[in-house]
Amino acid sequence: MSFWQKHAIFEKNSIVLVLGVLIVIAIGGLVEIAPLFYLKNTIEKVEGIRPYTPLELAGRNIYVREGCYNCHSQMIRPLRDEVERYGHYSLAAESMYDRPFQWGSKRTGPDLARVGGKYSDDWHRDHLNRPTSVVPGSIMPAYPWLVRTELDFQHIANDLRVQAALGVPYSSDMVANAVEDTRAQASSDAFDSVDLAKRYPKTQSRDFDGNPGRITEADALIAYLQVLGTMVDFRRYNNRANIR
Amino acid sequence: MSTAVTKSMTLGEGGSALAFAGLAGLSLIVVANAHTPEYGFHALLFLAGSVLAVFAIVNRYYERPAALPPITVDGRPNYNFGPVKFATVAAMVWGIAGFSVGLWAALELAFPALNFDLPWLTFGRIRPLHTSAVIFAFGGNVLIGTSFYVVQRTCRARLAGDIAPWFVVLGYNFFIVIAGTGYLLGITQSKEYAEPEWYADLWLTVVWITYFLIYLGTIMRRTEPHIYVANWFYLAFILTIAVLHLGNNAAIPVSLFSPKSYIVWSGVQDAMVQWWYGHNAVGFFLTAGFLAIMYYFVPKRAERPVYSYRLSIIHFWSLIFLYIWAGPHHLHYTALPDWAQTLGMTFSIMLWMPSWGGMINGMMTLSGAWDKLRTDPVLRMLVVSIAFYGMATFEGPLMSIKAVNSLSHYTDWTIGHVHSGALGWVGYVSFGAIYCLVPWLWNRELYSLKLVNWHFWISSLGIVLYITSMWVSGILQGLMWRAYTQLGFLEYSFIETVEAMHPFYVIRALGGALFLAGALIMVFNLWRTVYPREATVGRAVLAPAQ
Repeated sequence: MSFWQKHAIFEKNSIVLVLGVLIVIAIGGLVEIAPLFYLKNTIEKVEGIRPYTPLELAGRNIYVREGCYNCHSQMIRPLRDEVERYGHYSLAAESMYDRPFQWGSKRTGPDLARVGGKYSDDWHRDHLNRPTSVVPGSIMPAYPWLVRTELDFQHIANDLRVQAALGVPYSSDMVANAVEDTRAQASSDAFDSVDLAKRYPKTQSRDFDGNPGRITEADALIAYLQVLGTMVDFRRYNNRANIR
Repeated sequence: MSTAVTKSMTLGEGGSALAFAGLAGLSLIVVANAHTPEYGFHALLFLAGSVLAVFAIVNRYYERPAALPPITVDGRPNYNFGPVKFATVAAMVWGIAGFSVGLWAALELAFPALNFDLPWLTFGRIRPLHTSAVIFAFGGNVLIGTSFYVVQRTCRARLAGDIAPWFVVLGYNFFIVIAGTGYLLGITQSKEYAEPEWYADLWLTVVWITYFLIYLGTIMRRTEPHIYVANWFYLAFILTIAVLHLGNNAAIPVSLFSPKSYIVWSGVQDAMVQWWYGHNAVGFFLTAGFLAIMYYFVPKRAERPVYSYRLSIIHFWSLIFLYIWAGPHHLHYTALPDWAQTLGMTFSIMLWMPSWGGMINGMMTLSGAWDKLRTDPVLRMLVVSIAFYGMATFEGPLMSIKAVNSLSHYTDWTIGHVHSGALGWVGYVSFGAIYCLVPWLWNRELYSLKLVNWHFWISSLGIVLYITSMWVSGILQGLMWRAYTQLGFLEYSFIETVEAMHPFYVIRALGGALFLAGALIMVFNLWRTVYPREATVGRAVLAPAQ
C-alpha cells in the first residue's frame, strides 16, 4: 500500500478528518501563545505602571468606541526614526492593563503611544473639535460631539469590577469610589483629588476640556490621551535590569 | 407506501420555537433595562427577530405537508437549494453595500470633509463597516452558499437538517446586521476584524456550531465513498474559524444590560491572540474557504479534473499547518518577544510553498482547456483570481521579512497587499463562482457573457489602479518617515507625509469606483438571468431556426 493510499483514512472517515484538522491547527497556536503566559521575560517589571483611573478608562472606552485604532498605532518600534519622532520604544509592561490592546496596524495619523504631555489640553480640545484648526493639512475627522456630550459614568464601577476579576489590580476601595474618583479627576479643585492621588499615584486631575461646569466625553478622552506613555519615568528606567 | 403520516411537530421545530420564545423574553427584559439607547435598539432587533422566527416556524408547520421532504426522489438525491439561493442573493447585496462603503471610506481619506462631522459617518466607524461587510457579509455568504451547494453535489446527498440550514443563513445575516449597525452606533471591541461585541459573538457562536453540524451531517450522509477535496478545505475553514472566534472573543460583559465587555487577554498576550486570529481569518476564511471554491468551480467550469490529487493532499495539510504560525508577522519590532516574531516570519516564508502549490494545482487544472480562456470570461475570471492568489501569497511572505516589514508596516503597502488578495483573489473567485451558480440554481442561461467581459476588464483596471497607487503611497510614506537631512535630523514632519498621500488616495478611490462599477454590471447581468424579459425567452426558443 503506497503512502498516498493511506490518506484514504481521512477521505473516508469524516470524524478522523475533523480530528486531524483540529490537531494540525492546534500546534502553531499553542507553541506561540501559551509560553507568553508563563515566560517571565515576556513582560518585564517596570516601575510606575498603574491601572487607568476611572476617568482615563472611560476615555479609553471612547477611544475604542470611535475606532481610533484604524488610523493610530500605540506601539513605537525600536527603530532610529521612530524613537526620534515619538520617544522611547514601547515596553510590553506599558500595555499590560490594556483590554483590548490598541497597538494598531496602520498610521494614517501618527503613533500615540507617548502623546501624553506633548500637547496642551486646549490643543487637544481644539484638535478634536476641528483638527485643521491646529494642523492645517490634517485629514482626521472632526469629533465636535465629544465636548458637547456629558460623560456617562454612572456604571463605571462595574467596569472596574470586571477588570479586577480579570486580574487588573483594582482594589475594592478603588471600585467603591469609582464614580467619586471620576468626578474628582475631572475637576480643577485640588481638595477633591487628595484621595484620588492616594489610590492612583501621579494622577493629573484638572478640568481637561476647558468647561469646568460639566464632565464631558472630551474630558475623559483628553485625560486618557494625556496619560499615554507617561507612566514610566525613562530618566530612571534601566534597560539592562531585565537582561539575564 | 401509501400509509398516511400523522403530522407532528419535529423536535427541531418545537425546540427552536421554544428557544426563540425564550430569547424574545430575554430581549424584552434587556430592552427595558439597557444602559444605552444603542444597546436597547439592538435588544429590540433581537426581540423582533425572535418573534418573527417563532411566527415563521409555527406558520411553516401549519403550511407544510405531514411528511418532511424526502432525502431522495427516485433514487436521486433531493437537493435543498433554497438556503443556497438566499445566501447567493445576500452575497451580492452585501457585496455592493461593502464595496460602496469602502469607496466612501477611501474618499474620506482623500477629501476629509466627507466625514460631515457626523459620528456614524466618521472614518473610524465606517472602516470596520467596510471590512466586515466585504469579508464577513459578502465573503461569508459566498462561503456559506457555495459550501451548502458543493457539499450536497460532491456527497450526492441532501443537506442535513430541516430548518437548520435556514437558521444558519438567516441567523448569519442577522449577525451581520447587528455587527454593522453596532459599528455605526459606536458598539465595538476595536479588535481588528473581530469588532462585534459579546452578544453578537455569542449569537454567531450558536449559528456557527449549527453550520458545522449541518456540514458534518451532510458529509456523513454521503453516497460517495470519498470526501472530495473541496470539502476538506470547507471543513478546515469552518472548524478553525470556530476555534479562532472563541479564542479571540473570550470577553466578560460589564453587565447583561451593557454592550461593553472586556477581553480576558491583555496587552502583549491580547496582541498575540488577536493576530493569531487576524492572520488566520485571512488564512482560513479568505483562503481555505475560497480554495474550496477553486477546487470545485474551476474543474467544473473547465470540464477538466483537478490537476494533481497528490498535490492537493500536500497543499491541504501543509497550508493549514503552516498558516496558524504566521500571525506574529503583524507584530514585528513590537513588544512581542523576539522568539515569537522570528517564528512568525519563518513560517510565513515557508507558507509561500503550499500557497504556490495550490496555485499550480488550480492553474494547471486548465491543461488541455486553455483555449476556453478566450471564449469564456467566467473561466477567465476564475483563472485570474488564482493568478492574484499567487501574487498576493508571494507578496505576503516578502512583507513578513522583518527588514521589509520595518518599512512596509503601518503604511498603505499593507492596504494594497490586502486588496490584491481581497479584490483579485477573493473577489474574482467569488464572482466566477456566482456566475456559475446562479444559472445552475435558477436553471437558466446566463443573460450575457459580453457583460461578464465588461465586468472583468473594468474591475481589473480598478484593481490595478488600487494596488499600484497603494504601493507607491506606502513605500513613499515609509521612506519619508525614515528620511534624514544631511545634518541628521528627521527630514519630514508627520503631516508632510500625510499631505504627500493625497494624489494616491484619489487614484485609489477611482480604482475602488471602477471595481464597484464592475460589480453593478454583474448585478444587472444576474438580475436579467433570473428575471429574463419575455422577448429574450421567446428568442431563445426560436434560436434553432437560424
